Amino acid sequence: MINIQNVNKYYGKHQVLHNIELEIPKSQIFALIGPSGAGKSTLIRTINALEEIQEGQILVDGISVHDKKTDINTLRSEIGFVFQNFHLYPHLTALQNVSYSPIYVKKVSKKEAETRAKELLSSLGLGNKVDSFPGQLSGGQQQRVAIARALAMDPKIMLFDEPTSALDPEMIKEVLDAIRKLATTGMTMVVVTHEMGFAREICNQIVFMADGKVVEVAPPEQFFTQPQSDRGKDFLNKVLNH
Amino acid sequence: MDYNLDWSVIPQNMDAILEGLWLTLQISALALLISIPIGILAGLLRISRNHFISFLATTYIEFIRGVPLLVLLLWIYFVLNQFLHLGAYWSAIVGLAFFSGSFIAEIVRAGIESVPRGQMEAARSSGMSYITAMRLIILPQAFRKVLPPMASQFIILIKDSSLVSVISVADLTLAGKNIVGTTFRSLEVWTFIALLYFAMTFIISQVIRFLEKKYKVAE
Ligand SMILES: Nc1ncnc2c1ncn2[C@@H]1O[C@H](COP(=O)(O)OP(=O)(O)OP(=O)(O)O)[C@@H](O)[C@H]1O
Ligand SMILES: [Mg+2]
Repeated sequence: MINIQNVNKYYGKHQVLHNIELEIPKSQIFALIGPSGAGKSTLIRTINALEEIQEGQILVDGISVHDKKTDINTLRSEIGFVFQNFHLYPHLTALQNVSYSPIYVKKVSKKEAETRAKELLSSLGLGNKVDSFPGQLSGGQQQRVAIARALAMDPKIMLFDEPTSALDPEMIKEVLDAIRKLATTGMTMVVVTHEMGFAREICNQIVFMADGKVVEVAPPEQFFTQPQSDRGKDFLNKVLNH
Repeated sequence: MDYNLDWSVIPQNMDAILEGLWLTLQISALALLISIPIGILAGLLRISRNHFISFLATTYIEFIRGVPLLVLLLWIYFVLNQFLHLGAYWSAIVGLAFFSGSFIAEIVRAGIESVPRGQMEAARSSGMSYITAMRLIILPQAFRKVLPPMASQFIILIKDSSLVSVISVADLTLAGKNIVGTTFRSLEVWTFIALLYFAMTFIISQVIRFLEKKYKVAE
């Protein structure tokens, strides 16, 4: 479903992605893990063209994401993206945050879009926050609104870039639970995360990155018990024993 | 100081004063209405990723900002007017509108740039086009941030409109000049005119303050 083929990306002369090859099949959940600066955010952001690439190509359902001829707005409306810092629209209510893109991009009627937005918010435990502004919500609530906003477009793929890293510990669970629930629906997902337990529990594959390269791709059990690479061993030692 | 105040000069010349006031209001309001779209457009074009478009907008903004309004008005009236036949009234409005527009452009640009980058990214990620994202997500947030500097700009516009008297537009200032010319009551007339200008700008600043409050609650 997502085909990343020999992707290279540079910031000026500095190369941040090296020959990335990755195939993510439908309904699979991939975790991107690795040390800070490894290029995880950069890679996940290339999948919906928030970042450009200089070489290689990325196919989503066979459509080349970075091809100038591709209708990027239509493609993006099928790929949900959840940011570390939520990026909710502060001037709009939770309901408007969730229903705007269905209304203005998909041209769904306002009534229909708002009904669906309310359902989504309720299913994420936010039924009583429909009319709240982001500034009136906790971090965990904001992130759940952001997840609802992404789901409102009925995406085929969900991308998460450290969805819990900006949250206080007591709010992490509510957001992880929302993602867990999504995992049971067969959604194709890519999650950048530092939550190793979570990655191990819900993911089909762990993609370990370091220095702009994919160092290792393995099922969680294998990666967490017998990492093949030295970088992987090193990384696990650091994160699991701190 | 041996000067007898005589305020009767004001009611005696009320018609001329009100006519001048009315003209000042008209010119300021029309210039304002025209300068807002000019300013928003120029501000948006300036941040365009197309270098040529951005260059054109920058040239307009920097050039107008670098020329005194007085000179701009004289140039429009005595030079541009030869070709476009605007007349004094429209020369004044066009001059004020383009002058004010260049400042509004910079306010708009600063307002847009003050909206965090993540807002545009979030909007584009959910499939909105650049223009839709600007319209629904970025500009409404920028609007709240630009209200105070916009208020200052509108107040400056009203005050600057007093310069149009040099191209013989019979605004409030010219009315004052004419009345003083015949009655020699400088103190009373100019004090009253000053108060009228103050009243206009005061009302504007109150309206904007009200708008600021109204939109603050929403966040
Ligand atoms: N806009 C940018 N301009 C220049 N260099 C950048 C830019 N964004 C990221 N980089 C560089 O690219 C490399 C990869 O960064 P990236 O943010 O993808 O790492 P990451 O794996 O997501 O790290 P973290 O775990 O800290 O989020 C880093 O060396 C970073 O300094
Ligand atoms: Mg990152």
